[in-house]
This record gives sequence, C-alpha cells and structure tokens, in this order.
Amino acid sequence: MAEVKLYGFWPSPYSHRIIWALKLKGVEYEYIEEDLSNKSESLLKYNPVYKKTPVLVHGDKPIAESLVILEYIEETWPENPLLPKDPYERAMARFWIQYGVDTVAALRAFYQGSGEELEKAATELLESLKILEEQGLGDKRFFGGESMNLVDISYGALGYWLAAVEEVKGVKVLEPSTLPRLHAWAKNLDELPVVKGKHSGL
Amino acid sequence: MDERKYNMAEEVKVFSTWASPFALRVIWALKLKGVEFDTVHEDLINKSPLLLQYNPIHKKVPVLVHDGKVICESLVILEYIDETWKQNPLLPEDPHQKANARFWAKFGDDKVMQSIGGGVLLKEGKEQEEGFAASMENLKYLEEEIRGKKFFGGETIGLADIALGWLAHYLDIVEEIVGLKLIDQEKFPSLAAWKQEFANAPIIRENWPDRDKLVTKYVVVREANLGKGTPK
Repeated sequence: MAEVKLYGFWPSPYSHRIIWALKLKGVEYEYIEEDLSNKSESLLKYNPVYKKTPVLVHGDKPIAESLVILEYIEETWPENPLLPKDPYERAMARFWIQYGVDTVAALRAFYQGSGEELEKAATELLESLKILEEQGLGDKRFFGGESMNLVDISYGALGYWLAAVEEVKGVKVLEPSTLPRLHAWAKNLDELPVVKGKHSGL
Repeated sequence: MDERKYNMAEEVKVFSTWASPFALRVIWALKLKGVEFDTVHEDLINKSPLLLQYNPIHKKVPVLVHDGKVICESLVILEYIDETWKQNPLLPEDPHQKANARFWAKFGDDKVMQSIGGGVLLKEGKEQEEGFAASMENLKYLEEEIRGKKFFGGETIGLADIALGWLAHYLDIVEEIVGLKLIDQEKFPSLAAWKQEFANAPIIRENWPDRDKLVTKYVVVREANLGKGTPK
C-alpha cells in the first residue's frame, strides 16, 4: 500500500478531522506537524494554492481542503463507511456538512469577538446550532446514527475546541439548558476512542 | 440491478430564478444527462410558499425535488445528480481525480466568486483594487490548472467546469459594468480559451440568461452595495 502522510497543525480542528477519519478506517499514516509561521517546503509544494494544513499525501499525490480530503478517504478506504450508501441520504449528509461552513464562520466570530460583538456572535452561534440540533441531529445519538460519520467528524470543533473557547471567553453557548441534544452529542463525541486522548496539546 | 431503468415516471423539479448562476448549474447537469425536469421559476423578492417549505433554512434557489426528495445547495445537488443518473458522468472514477475536481469547484466558490463578485463588482476605489489583485491571483491558479486541457474535466465537461461555468458568461457582464478586464487573453490564454469552449458547448450555449437583463440587474446590485442606489 502506498504511503500516507498527513501534514497538520495540532491546535486546528481541521487537522483532527483527518486524523479521526484515518483512525476510524484503520489507515496507517505518518503525521507531520507544521509550524505555520515557518511553513515547510513540502507544505508549499503540496498545497500551493492555499498553503494551509491539513494536506493528505497518498503515494505522491496531495489532496488539500479538509472536506475534500474526507471524501477522498471515504472513497479510497471503503471499509467502515462514513457516508450512507443511498444518494439521497448522502445528499442530506453533505448538506449538513456544508451547513457547518456557516457554523464555522459563527464560531470564528465568537472566538474573535469581545464586548457587544461577543454577545452578538454568541447569539448568532446559538441560532445556528439550534437549527443544527433540531433538523440535523434530531434524536440521533450521532449524525451518523449509532456511530459517527463524516458529518460528526466535520462538526468536531463543537466538542473540546468550543468548550475551550467558551472558557476563555467566559460565555457558554453549548449547554444542556440551551441545546440539550447537541450538548449530549458533544459529550458522546469526546468519549469516543478516536477523539479521546487527542485533547492534550491544546 | 439498476432500478433507474424501471422507474419510467420520475418527477424531477428544479426551483430556480432566471439570473441565478447556482440554479444554472443544476439545469446544465440535468440537461447534460438527458434528464427530463420541470422548472419552477421563483421571484426572490416574493418567494413561493413551496420554496420556503422546501428550503426553510436558506430560503434560496436552487432546490431539486426528485420523486418527493428535496435537496438544497447546488454542489450537493450536483453530486446527487451524478450519483443518481450515471450517464455522462460529471466526476471521474479515480478518487484522486475526483478530489481534484471537488477542490477546484470549491476554490471557485470560496475564492474566485468572492474576489470577483464581492471584491470587484461590489467595490470601488482602493477596495476594488485589492479585489482586482486578489482576482488576478485566483485566476492565475485556474490558468495553471486548465493549461493543456479542453475542460477542467478533461475531454468532457465535469463538475469543476459546471461550478466555474458562470465565468464564461457572467464575467463579461462584470467586466462591462466595472470597466476592467479580468480574463485577459494575453494574461490568461488557456483560461480564455476554456471560456470560449465552455460558453459555446452544446446545452451550455442554449441556456445562458439574457445578457442585457443581467447587466441591468447587476448595475442595480452594485449601486445598492455602494450606497448609491435605492436600497431594496
């Protein structure tokens, strides 16, 4: 089997998306930590357009953009599927993954905001997460049903990362009182073997 | 066994607007695959109850309804179409080439459209200069990717072509309105050639929205954004 390398940045949830997917599929890989203030020649060679992590290199073929990488992993290692088989169910999964892009924008505003801006960002994030909880997650344990799939992976930042930001900001958004099901989901996510034990280093 | 063969009376509906480049993607994909469908024409100032029911979260077009199944978000719809109707595939078989197609489709939406739409069309002065510079950077990457190929998808139109296809019609309109040349034949010869090829391709050439109407529309959008026109 061709060699798999992952160029990542430990503090970033995007890199962890790829780590979790590779682990769930049982794929052996070499992890290379990038110093984003001093990017390696390899990173610049493998991701000339964005010059960002994560980048997956399989054999000598690079793939950039975490959501594109996730789909690549799903197709290349079909065992332990992380997307439904049915095209409509897949479309629903992809819709919710895409929705996460908006959520990330709200998350970023929450992370960067202070004072009034922080309050506004927290409100918007809460609104966004309410829709996610009600229509995306519903009463399921995971977005993937009984076990995590690409949708859960794509929302990974709502686990430990969001909790850390909430602590720093002194403002809670994802709570049992406001988002009971999503809060439970985040707790379950953090307990999963592939996720647990990755928090150190933050 | 392919169930598609036995399903003669499929109902396929596309909710669209006359101007939307996103809805156009879905129309192209269905037509390229020879799939029969009905178009529901929406007016975004006066959205139909059905649209609001089918897309309550974003309240946008396009929406695809296939035998009662509702799918929103143009790139999600394109993947669904390609998986449901296998003729004239939009994505290659090879996972790495597939990833490449998805990468460029995403680059188009995340970067190219942002810099040209948000950065050039909707701005003026120094901000527009910055938007223009960013657009040049982005177009450079597209130029490198398309070099030596007829389409981003190779010999035939693929997902990335459909996602970037708006450049082959809407860009001329932006250029006319702002008086700036973006895809200059001298600077970006391969991309300019692709533009021609795509704009004149069968199916694509028959479905462009009216150019003059688009100019009028985007002038209004630009002026509203610059605070010159009457806000809607």
